[in-house]
Amino acid sequence: MDHFTCLSAMAIANRLVSRARPVAAQSSRKKFSGERILPPLILVPSMAAILTFVYIFILITVWVSLSHWGTLRIDLRLRDPWYATYAQMFAMPRWHANLRNVFVFTALFNSISIGVGLLLALFLDRRLIGFTIFRNIFLFPYALSFIVTGIAWRWIFNPETGINLLFDGLGINHWLVSIGAAPLRPGWTTDPSVLFSINNALGILFPAARNLSIQLGIPIALIPVVVAAAWQLTGFAMSMYIAGLATVPNDLREAARIDGATEFQVYTKVVMPLLRPVTVSTAIILGHVSLKIFDLIFAMTGVGPGFATDVPGIFVFDMTFKATRYNLGAAASIVMLLLNACVIVPYLWRNLRRN
Amino acid sequence: MMGFSLFNFRQSLPRTIWDWLILIFLLFCTIFFLMPIYVMVVTGLKQSQNVSLSTMWNLPVQLTGGGFMEAWRRLYPNLGNSLQLTIPATIFSSILGAVNGYIFAKWKFRGANTLFALLVFGMFIPYQSILIPLIQFLEQIKLYGTVPGLVLVHVIYGLPICSLIFRNFFANIPDELVEAARIDGAGVVRTFWLVMLPLALPAFVVVGIFQFTNVWNDFLFGVTILPNPSSQPVTVALNNLSGSYSVDWNVVMAGAVIVALPTALIYILLGRFFVRGLLAGSVKG
Repeated sequence: MDHFTCLSAMAIANRLVSRARPVAAQSSRKKFSGERILPPLILVPSMAAILTFVYIFILITVWVSLSHWGTLRIDLRLRDPWYATYAQMFAMPRWHANLRNVFVFTALFNSISIGVGLLLALFLDRRLIGFTIFRNIFLFPYALSFIVTGIAWRWIFNPETGINLLFDGLGINHWLVSIGAAPLRPGWTTDPSVLFSINNALGILFPAARNLSIQLGIPIALIPVVVAAAWQLTGFAMSMYIAGLATVPNDLREAARIDGATEFQVYTKVVMPLLRPVTVSTAIILGHVSLKIFDLIFAMTGVGPGFATDVPGIFVFDMTFKATRYNLGAAASIVMLLLNACVIVPYLWRNLRRN
Repeated sequence: MMGFSLFNFRQSLPRTIWDWLILIFLLFCTIFFLMPIYVMVVTGLKQSQNVSLSTMWNLPVQLTGGGFMEAWRRLYPNLGNSLQLTIPATIFSSILGAVNGYIFAKWKFRGANTLFALLVFGMFIPYQSILIPLIQFLEQIKLYGTVPGLVLVHVIYGLPICSLIFRNFFANIPDELVEAARIDGAGVVRTFWLVMLPLALPAFVVVGIFQFTNVWNDFLFGVTILPNPSSQPVTVALNNLSGSYSVDWNVVMAGAVIVALPTALIYILLGRFFVRGLLAGSVKG
């Protein structure tokens, strides 16, 4: 998340916390005692706002999640046992589907965006004709709202038209039928089935897994959402890598070539290791976007058939604003926060320490 | 911004078979990336009786306004709300971000780094986890359901990212400049006003664009803090439009184009600055 001078996206990871040194030596600072108090003082309003609106509000939400407030009437007495709401939530099949969906979504969306983003960046790095146009087109979706993206892709993945029409129109189905296979007409967002279910395999190891309330695997309805999200954010990953590639010195590649490295080896042995910090930053930023995902799914599929595209973000919204089960909504949002913190806190902590 | 200005360097014609394959791959990707834009624009331009499932990919048969007149009529009031919301939120966020960024970059004190980490963490939280107390608080101060209330919310939750971008900008301005100002007798405030602000114009453009895009594209705060449809921002109005069964798809698609237009134009016209903001700390959601 560095950028401005964009010395490098590589430095992104270690520059989150500034390297800027105090301007003055201690001795000269003492002359201006006002200068010691004033800087922290200027930060007070902003920090007070953040303390209240982030940290205190989170604590209040935690309290709500432990309370009896499950109807319109505010009731902040704590439940007994204190984790009762969480226990209730973790017993809900819908919540199981939520967790499955958000992990599957995060894994698929991150690997596609980062993989394709890296590929595009490496290809563009060849500086072939049309470079600028390609780059601008690939990044363009990033400027749009998730609502716009969701609406466009919902239409494209409508089972009656869109993509499925292309399967017919481009002769893919004709070909499939001619070799005796079934034509390809997925129900996409209307299909409740789950691909690559691992329940049975798990059942062999842990008999208890046979009694799971949900199928563990990739819900078909989630695939269009992954495609839409990747369409929107692959350009971001690409831009991170392009900025990173620009900092890999040409001399280094030249030297490797002189030492007899093939063009492929130059990339795998020299360039890729130098891009690792970019991958970390990109994965963390995309990871926190996907763990919080809400708008896109809200606009595109909602909870989906059999909760196939339901995620914690939607669950919180439904529980809090539709069902007015505030403690349940709060509990789910705290789990979301913890999932995010698992990703973000080590990242911030490392940058702070490195400083 | 070396990274992106470098790209104005010479672009070469494909020479090897690999270069040609890469070029063909990039062209395929271009088709994929432009496909939803094509669908939105083409569907939006069709007359409602011509929007049929089987001809989705076809161009409109005659050129008329398509669904655009209807979409404009329905979204016009909410576009106004979004502007009333986005412009002040962007201005206040930029100013506060500049001040905080300056202090964090140039006047480090004990504990400043910890404070900064606590600030930055604020931009990674899922906003669902603060919504209940936030709404209670806004009700207390009588700002719940009002555009100024939503402006306040965007300014506060925009503090981390705006401060971060400005801090990174100021950190790259040589300390000697501050030192020189100090020798001339300028303190914290005067150094900011006379030395730093005049240099910070590009950072204001970056933060301005970035925050404008974030606030314009926001959905969660809009839908929860403004329950009254007539005061909701345009992203929420568009979602309502697409959810109502009485509205044809050409109108919804035309609406999507209208909502996308402001940020798309910013991207097209000011792309360089846009990319800087994105690399500076891109957070969607």
